[in-house]
Amino acid sequence: MDKALATADGPVGPNARGYFGEYGGMFVPETLMPAIHELTAAFEAARHDPEFKREFDYLLKYYVGRPSPVYFAERLTQHLGGAQVWFKRDELNHTGAHKINNCIGQILLARRMGKKRIIAETGAGQHGVASATVAARFGLTCTVYMGALDVERQAPNVFRMKLLGAEVRPVEAGSRSLKDALNDALRDWAATSDDSYYMVGTAAGPHPYPLLVREFQSVIGTEARAQMLAETGRLPDLLVAAIGGGSNAIGLFHPFLDTDVAMTGVEAAGEGLDKRHAASLTRGRMGILHGSKSYVLQDGDGQIIEAHSISAGLDYPGVGPEHAALKDSGRVKYIPVGDDAAMDAFKLLAKLEGIIPALEPAHALAHVIDIAPKMKKDQIILMNLCGRGDKDVFTVARHLGVTL
Amino acid sequence: MSTRLANRFAALKEEGRAGLVTFTMAGDPDMKTSLEIMRGLPGAGADIIEIGMPHSDPIGDGPVIQLAGNRSLKAGTLMSDVLDMVRAFRRDDLSTPVILMGYINPILNFGIGQFFQAAADDGVDGFIMVDVPLEEEDLIRGAADRAGLPIIRLLPPTADDARIATLVNGASGFLYHVALAGVTGSRDVDATAVEAKVKRIRAATSLPVAVGFGIKTADRARAIASVADAAVVGTALVDRIARNLTPDGKAGPHLVADALAFVAELAAGVRSAKKAA
Repeated sequence: MDKALATADGPVGPNARGYFGEYGGMFVPETLMPAIHELTAAFEAARHDPEFKREFDYLLKYYVGRPSPVYFAERLTQHLGGAQVWFKRDELNHTGAHKINNCIGQILLARRMGKKRIIAETGAGQHGVASATVAARFGLTCTVYMGALDVERQAPNVFRMKLLGAEVRPVEAGSRSLKDALNDALRDWAATSDDSYYMVGTAAGPHPYPLLVREFQSVIGTEARAQMLAETGRLPDLLVAAIGGGSNAIGLFHPFLDTDVAMTGVEAAGEGLDKRHAASLTRGRMGILHGSKSYVLQDGDGQIIEAHSISAGLDYPGVGPEHAALKDSGRVKYIPVGDDAAMDAFKLLAKLEGIIPALEPAHALAHVIDIAPKMKKDQIILMNLCGRGDKDVFTVARHLGVTL
Repeated sequence: MSTRLANRFAALKEEGRAGLVTFTMAGDPDMKTSLEIMRGLPGAGADIIEIGMPHSDPIGDGPVIQLAGNRSLKAGTLMSDVLDMVRAFRRDDLSTPVILMGYINPILNFGIGQFFQAAADDGVDGFIMVDVPLEEEDLIRGAADRAGLPIIRLLPPTADDARIATLVNGASGFLYHVALAGVTGSRDVDATAVEAKVKRIRAATSLPVAVGFGIKTADRARAIASVADAAVVGTALVDRIARNLTPDGKAGPHLVADALAFVAELAAGVRSAKKAA
């Protein structure tokens, strides 16, 4: 990696202005700058406060159920006939995905800042559910913006959010998916930042979100590093994680950046790279979307292209700025996996391991299925199984032509 | 450096009145119609023309302006078309200042230096970049300076006195006080609160102060014009255009005339304002 990018906050940054090399920053309307500065100050104070850390750790242990185990997928490994496949089982967390880690950190921050209301955006609904959950737990009101298309394809999560007391606002604009939900969440925040806290769900958006989301999600990699050493006596050879905005991946990768462990991020190739897809790192160009400079899917005139993936959580035309910097530095490799391969992986894991994964990590799994047989039997792959697939059964049934 | 902005504000001061700034979206609902509106604006009483550059993801705009941008993009508007429109306007009008408002990504994609220089050559007098706050202004400031174009800074209601002081330092053109927190076109604006804020801004700068967001009627425009150097009307005008669309989204027969009649009403409101001392 380019040593020039290193700061106290990581080998590729960010610096004090929120830049990971040339990516990141805070491209938001001036109206939001006071809120951005207020949040930055609150986060800097919180991260150095032992009491904040104690409460964060406590809630992760007793409310979320951490640490999540690392699990040796024995039958999958035998089936693939190559490297040992291990999973970091963040799908076992309360609410069914890694999203809750970040929400616990941010709700504590919101409370410190005296905010009364939570705003969140959601794609697959996992972050919306996690936000609604922590808002309920701490007695704050919660408004979740969700693309109207996602409202349709993730009906169980919409219902869960409502049960948890959140208001779900379907967004009809644009592609009616995650990017449009983010637009509306930012608009809400611009009007309400006095009393509202914007709980961003991924390691993207304006500084300080990419940093603070990464810090809260890094519990994944920190635990995994110690667990793999304890279980196997060494670090894995390869880490694999799915990338939408990139929070589960950066959470796993970041605590390993100072090692020589190889890392691969898997983004959604949707229907194929020559058709509709969500492969911003593979096919995007540098651009500015939702507050930060990163790789963005855009047309020849700089308008954002609507992304597509069967997985609502990966259906996003941008990506967190730290991933953009890690790609350029060569430290992490990013590859695309399409809808069909993810679907095959989804089915295989259910049959071989008795685990129904979310469609997001099913993309990561498809890459593991591809790469493990090409690796030696004494090599170890650790994949982040970042969510469970209960929410996806309707989508999968539809894809398979089954009526429920 | 174009002197149109400075000349216009000097002339307004001479006349002892505030100016009317109108916002319309380039290419809404099509390039031909939006140019026709633009050409009619000075005659209808607009003192400064603000033109929106359409963007797929306008995070600072409310639904009315977002829909206008969608219509424009659907009609195929490109960034180069926006510049062509200003160049066409300049053939007949050499004095009305034209400000382009929009988002950074299409300009980054075009090439920042190239776009600003082309804009200056085509007769643009300044830029409002919605998603480039002061902290990121260095991305565009050098190119804007080389092209001789001011970056008009937005002063939101969320800015305290310290932030106002930071924002006016190094500002150029004029200052645009956003009267309401949130996106364009949210609510009605309260002139008393605006007056207090404008006083605080004037204490920090000698640049003209325009006020926008939440001005929807001639009456509101008059109230704001009595406390500021200019009143900006965007959403209400864009909404007027939208109401004149045919069911299939095309320009209706009276669209241009109706939009300009509304501008004339607003201008009458602004011109009847009693200027506070």
